[in-house]
Amino acid sequence: MIDAQQLALNRRAFLQAGGCGVGMAGLASLLQADDAQQPHFVPTAKRVIYLCQSGAPSQIDLFDHKPELERFRGQDLPDSIRKGQRLTGMTKDQTAFPIAPSIFKFKQHGNSGASVSELLPHIAKVADELCFVKSMHTEAINHDPAITFMQTGAQLAGRPSIGAWLSYGLGSLNQDLPTFIAMTSGTGGQPLYDRLWGSGFLPTEHQGVKFRRTGDPVLYLSDPPGIDRGLRRSMLNDLNDLNRLQLKQKQDPEIATRIAQYELAFRMQASVPKLVDTSDEPEHVLKMYGPECQKPGTFAANCLLARRLVEQGVRFVQLYHRGWDQHAKLPEKIREQCQATDQPSAALIEDLRQRDLLKDTLVVWGGEFGRTVYCQGNLTKGDYGRDHHPRCFSLWLAGGGIKPGISYGETDDHSYNIAENPVHVHDLNATILHCLGLDHRKLTFQYQGRHHRLTDVHGEVVDALLNVPSNAAG
Amino acid sequence: MLRALQTAGFVLRCAAAFLFAVSSGIVVLGDDPIDFDRDVRGILSDNCFQCHGPDAEKREGELRLDRREDFSAPRDDGPLVVPKNAASSLLYRRIAATDETQMPPADSDNALTDAEKETVRRWIEQGAEWQQHWAFVPPRRPKLPQVVDENWCGNEIDRFVLARLEREELAPATSTDKARLLRRVTLDLTGAPPTVAEIDAFIADDSVMAYERVVDRSLNSPRFGERMAMRWLDLARYADTSGYQNDGPRQMWRWRDWVIDAYNANMPFDQFTIEQLAGDMLQQNRGLYRGEWHGLDLNKQDRDRLIATAFNRNHRGNAEGGIVPEEYQVEYVVDRVDTTATVWLGLTLGCARCHDHKYDPVTQKEFYQVFSFFNKLPEYGRAVKEGNSPPYMLAPTDEQTKQLAEVRRRKKEYAANEQLEPNTIDKALAAWTQQLAAGNEQIAWTITDGLVARYQLDGDLTDAQADTKLAKAEGGTMEFADRGAGKALELNGETFVNAGDVANFGYFDPCSISVWVYPRGDGTLVSRMAQETHGAGYYLHLEDRRLQFNMVKRWLDDSIRVETTSQLTLNHWQHVTMTYDGSRVASGIRIFVDGVQQPTTANHDFLNQTMASEEPLRIGAGHSAFNGLVDDVQIYNRALKLFEVAVVSTDERIEQIARMNAEDRSPRQTTKLRRYFLTEAAPEAMRTAQQRLDNVIHEEATLIASLPTLMIMQDAADARKTFVLSRGQYDQPRGEVSPGVPSLFGDARVENRLQFARWLVSGENTLTGRVAVNRFWEMLFGEGLVRSMEDFGSQGERPTHTELLDWLAVEFAESGWDVKHMLKTMVMSATYRQASTADKAVVERDPENRLLARQSRFRMSAELIRDQALAASGLLHERLGGPSVMPYQPDGLWNEIATDTNYEQSDAPDLYRRSLYTYWKRTVAPPTMTTFDAPAREMCAVRRPRTNTPLQALAILNDATYVEAARALGQRAMDFDEDRAKRLQYVFRSVLARSPTTEEMTLLDRALSRYQAAFHGDDTKAKKLLSVGEQPLDEGVDVVELAAYTLTASIVFNTDEAVTRE
Repeated sequence: MIDAQQLALNRRAFLQAGGCGVGMAGLASLLQADDAQQPHFVPTAKRVIYLCQSGAPSQIDLFDHKPELERFRGQDLPDSIRKGQRLTGMTKDQTAFPIAPSIFKFKQHGNSGASVSELLPHIAKVADELCFVKSMHTEAINHDPAITFMQTGAQLAGRPSIGAWLSYGLGSLNQDLPTFIAMTSGTGGQPLYDRLWGSGFLPTEHQGVKFRRTGDPVLYLSDPPGIDRGLRRSMLNDLNDLNRLQLKQKQDPEIATRIAQYELAFRMQASVPKLVDTSDEPEHVLKMYGPECQKPGTFAANCLLARRLVEQGVRFVQLYHRGWDQHAKLPEKIREQCQATDQPSAALIEDLRQRDLLKDTLVVWGGEFGRTVYCQGNLTKGDYGRDHHPRCFSLWLAGGGIKPGISYGETDDHSYNIAENPVHVHDLNATILHCLGLDHRKLTFQYQGRHHRLTDVHGEVVDALLNVPSNAAG
Repeated sequence: MLRALQTAGFVLRCAAAFLFAVSSGIVVLGDDPIDFDRDVRGILSDNCFQCHGPDAEKREGELRLDRREDFSAPRDDGPLVVPKNAASSLLYRRIAATDETQMPPADSDNALTDAEKETVRRWIEQGAEWQQHWAFVPPRRPKLPQVVDENWCGNEIDRFVLARLEREELAPATSTDKARLLRRVTLDLTGAPPTVAEIDAFIADDSVMAYERVVDRSLNSPRFGERMAMRWLDLARYADTSGYQNDGPRQMWRWRDWVIDAYNANMPFDQFTIEQLAGDMLQQNRGLYRGEWHGLDLNKQDRDRLIATAFNRNHRGNAEGGIVPEEYQVEYVVDRVDTTATVWLGLTLGCARCHDHKYDPVTQKEFYQVFSFFNKLPEYGRAVKEGNSPPYMLAPTDEQTKQLAEVRRRKKEYAANEQLEPNTIDKALAAWTQQLAAGNEQIAWTITDGLVARYQLDGDLTDAQADTKLAKAEGGTMEFADRGAGKALELNGETFVNAGDVANFGYFDPCSISVWVYPRGDGTLVSRMAQETHGAGYYLHLEDRRLQFNMVKRWLDDSIRVETTSQLTLNHWQHVTMTYDGSRVASGIRIFVDGVQQPTTANHDFLNQTMASEEPLRIGAGHSAFNGLVDDVQIYNRALKLFEVAVVSTDERIEQIARMNAEDRSPRQTTKLRRYFLTEAAPEAMRTAQQRLDNVIHEEATLIASLPTLMIMQDAADARKTFVLSRGQYDQPRGEVSPGVPSLFGDARVENRLQFARWLVSGENTLTGRVAVNRFWEMLFGEGLVRSMEDFGSQGERPTHTELLDWLAVEFAESGWDVKHMLKTMVMSATYRQASTADKAVVERDPENRLLARQSRFRMSAELIRDQALAASGLLHERLGGPSVMPYQPDGLWNEIATDTNYEQSDAPDLYRRSLYTYWKRTVAPPTMTTFDAPAREMCAVRRPRTNTPLQALAILNDATYVEAARALGQRAMDFDEDRAKRLQYVFRSVLARSPTTEEMTLLDRALSRYQAAFHGDDTKAKKLLSVGEQPLDEGVDVVELAAYTLTASIVFNTDEAVTRE
């Protein structure tokens, strides 16, 4: 455990100094990030952009190439592969489990020779920057518990999300923006839940702030009609004067904090709209992210925004893109999904790299589980569907100390079971924390009599994914 | 002890949380006696119990340190503890060791500090006396301590507090001023601020009873029940949605209203407990109705007791397609156990789900013994997506019960009308029949109420109910064959009718299909579905000559199929009717052949999403094409009644039936003739009487359909057995267990849920009273006497005032669990009435206010902040109970993360209801609440953080709720007086109760002047500001003046003091 008590004492001294009637300059110092907690060891990543692909993209059609499967097209999945593992209630009563090979072509890309489907031509181009993990596995078989598990380390609601843990463990990198921001895109398909960026049992200040695509980017950001900036400033001055009188009398540091928070709110009213207005981006950057990046609420726009946010010192940016839950008509629907996400995902990597931000920004791309090799519903020549599959799935990582241009882990010939180097969700989360300089076993919070962790009592840092193995980092 | 909380630059937390002291508030010094429970157990629990505690599986070296006998048990490696001789005590030797024998081992995450080692050493040297964990020792009423300053003490509470202060040589704070006291107690007990008139009256009342009168008034206000319910809803994880995935709506507000009523009626806490946990088992008339309680015919007491049990159905429910139901059924029970244990026992029983508890003496087996109390419901792990999951009841309000009784009284009265006596009808009917038979009138008659489409198929595809012709032939040209005087449609297995966009029913829509068929083989008769095998939609279908009605969202796991056991005859005309009542279950579907209901089986009976389809209505195709003839297709948007089925299945015209001999008429012919007569041809008095009866029957059905339902607790007759689940996994049952309570509480025989509930409030467990009074204390003092309110176990904090807690717990039980008595006792104390400010020296000495030398200042809850604004502005619309409402919320919040869910903002006055009535969607909880730290209600939450964030600033400055309230308060002030100073005072006091100081008046006056100047001459700008909110502007109001007062009120709402209970 980080020595939080000492920090608390520092904070207390700070607050009390603020409470003794220092002016605004003194109050502003309350907001400095310099007393944020220190990591356990030297981090390789300062910030994270997590591109959550909600609904679970099909590993078989995107990354986990199984050319041999074509021979088994339409044949029943052998029991030797299924091994009696549980299926969802949607397909468990199917009379047959016909094997559905991907209809998409794969090629090897870059110096690393990574296998990427034709659906993702842009990601294929940056393959040498990426680290593909093909042996992810999870415990839940349905979306709600599975995505909750990915983001909070528990299938049921109530635990803090990764971003909240990072906010708790590392504090802020900036003075007038939230530490943790979540954005959503895509419609239809699986819904999302506020708990995915929630703070669970951690204090609520650690929860992610949702940047919205319609209306105010941050709730209640705009002044009411009829109030301009000058008038708002004048109101705040009057309010501060009233609060200061009370502070003087009551000496309660909470009042000083409140004054400071109103000032921060005022600054955010200016800084956030500027931040989300991407019209100052140069043409070549906009072009890189693709035509949709100027349409608010698209995945492309959110990717561009993510880069702007991390530039401004937001520690954790989480993008959720919906629509990957392709139980039926997979070929048609996955094309649409890839169309919307491929170019901006690759552009983000390239953009970060060009700005020299990739080296200490960790990017994660992936869903909550994989999809079955067997067909859900009717298998035809050009059409098939796939059910949920927790036994194996693929995702990729980049930047922030992750080894580029590698592919880790193997599945069996049916992309059904893991053949080599399994990576559990807890392992992934332990590795993410590790990149940020945090020991997942030591980042704890006591709640209901127990020291809780993101990784519960599990998880191993996957050294093979790191530029510098964990034992070397100390 | 709580760990210090880190702060981000972005957000600063309530200062109190930064300030930490040792958990007991006492630093052990010098030769002070060591108290095992206070000083030693925590050290062992934190550092040793993981391997040497209650968990048998993880135990090392067959050593445990959590029980008395463990310390004296003989051991091969020497005595664990030798009283007064630490050096010979293995325990001390191992913790003091610096070699490989050191405990905890050097490579573990735990380590003892030197001070902790010293504490253990001194405990042994002082005699090593063991004591039980304080919370597991029954509370006894302690003697009142002696104090020096008797005069200060208002009641017993104060003696405990003052004795401690005197020991610490601290003086209590002065009493707070009257205005602040009034605001404090009114907010605390009613959740709303006092009015200006109440403040004036209280300040003017010099009598010694003045304060007590205010307390009594607050406790007797209906707002009291609402106030208390707000807090109970967090514990009960109450919400209006199910909480997983699509997070569909449910209906639980009748339980919420029960809670409000119970508090207002001052229901004793033991009864409050028993009814919520096991009210179903107190029923005078017990019985199950298909797994649902009908609920209509219960007396009020029985009904209310059933309603109370919804407490343990408030947990989330997973309706996601494809889940393994058994997995979630277990989660629901675990949630009930966790919640119940946390709320009543303050224990983290859930820790023993996968293994024995690591810190408290609760085994895994004991966890499942408690589990078994809550595992007997006739429930299914996959929840209903939109609506309540069985078992549930119809839960009419008292008002609705009265209405229903009245409707039923009228129904009885109208049915008894002499015009409707069978003999009278028979006589008139016979006379009319004879007359009709003799005449040459032709009367074709069918049921038209609710008829949405009718294809008579007499040579064309016309829909008798439509002006435009939508239906067209597909798959070939239409052939028609003769049938009687008319024609019938001939389908050859290729051809079918595409009837276009008609009869688009969802799963909540009742409907009926009536059709004549002459089958030559199987196939789909009528459908609205994707035209493929088992396509999504509905279809009336013939398979192996058996009739089926299918409703399919996703075939197999999200579908209903009802099939007749009888078969139709090939090459023969038969009439088929299907009726569906909109109940979303197979039992709501009936199939009739020639007017006779057929026995059916339900092969699939779980439809969790609507099957409404974009596809057209088809006749003769869908799942597969039909081969044979069809005639006279009639489709209704309601479930036909039995007599109506008889009518639609009878081809003969009325006069044709009349001409038959009475004894030759089939029952359906007889019914058709009689119904026609009664509704169309009978003498006027008789028709009127029948019409009146039909209307009241319809009225009754409509009323019943509108009644709220409520999920409740029930033990199934064939209740499921409970097993210990290995690693807590649903599919890893180990040994069967019988119900019981942990042995830590003695050996009481507790064998069912009712006994368990009674046991909770009996003297046999040591926790319930303490846990409950601790929550009351927290409500009134900002922190509990036990600060870890959710954990009274060995990892929790010790009470700051152990004896006071015990005194309160005993007082509570002995008062007959009188909630209002306890709250009154607390607020009448001098301790409560202290000022919340204190000398700097006192604050430095006791920054967390553990010693209670002052009252606490703390940020109010989300509900209180909003309700205060509504009350102060006069917008508040007070109405107890009812369905949840949807106040202002930024557009799109639901829709952007879950398609097809739209927040439909309520109209006034529901916009202005108290916050506990705000519709609670768990996955996107109301931002007015969550911004101020309300939990999402996904699980039991005992206490809320109190943060201080810029998002809160933005909310009170800019949310329509507060902008409109500021305008309304400004208007009120302008209406209150002409005088500027009085207006400003009115604004200030409406929110803060106290009068502004001279300095504050100067500031307010200056602020108002600035705002007046800002809007001066700019009516348009002023009107823009005043346009926020639905409340209309008063006519002829000076908009510039009102805008200026609006901003003045706004800054008052935004002061620190306004959001703080002082």
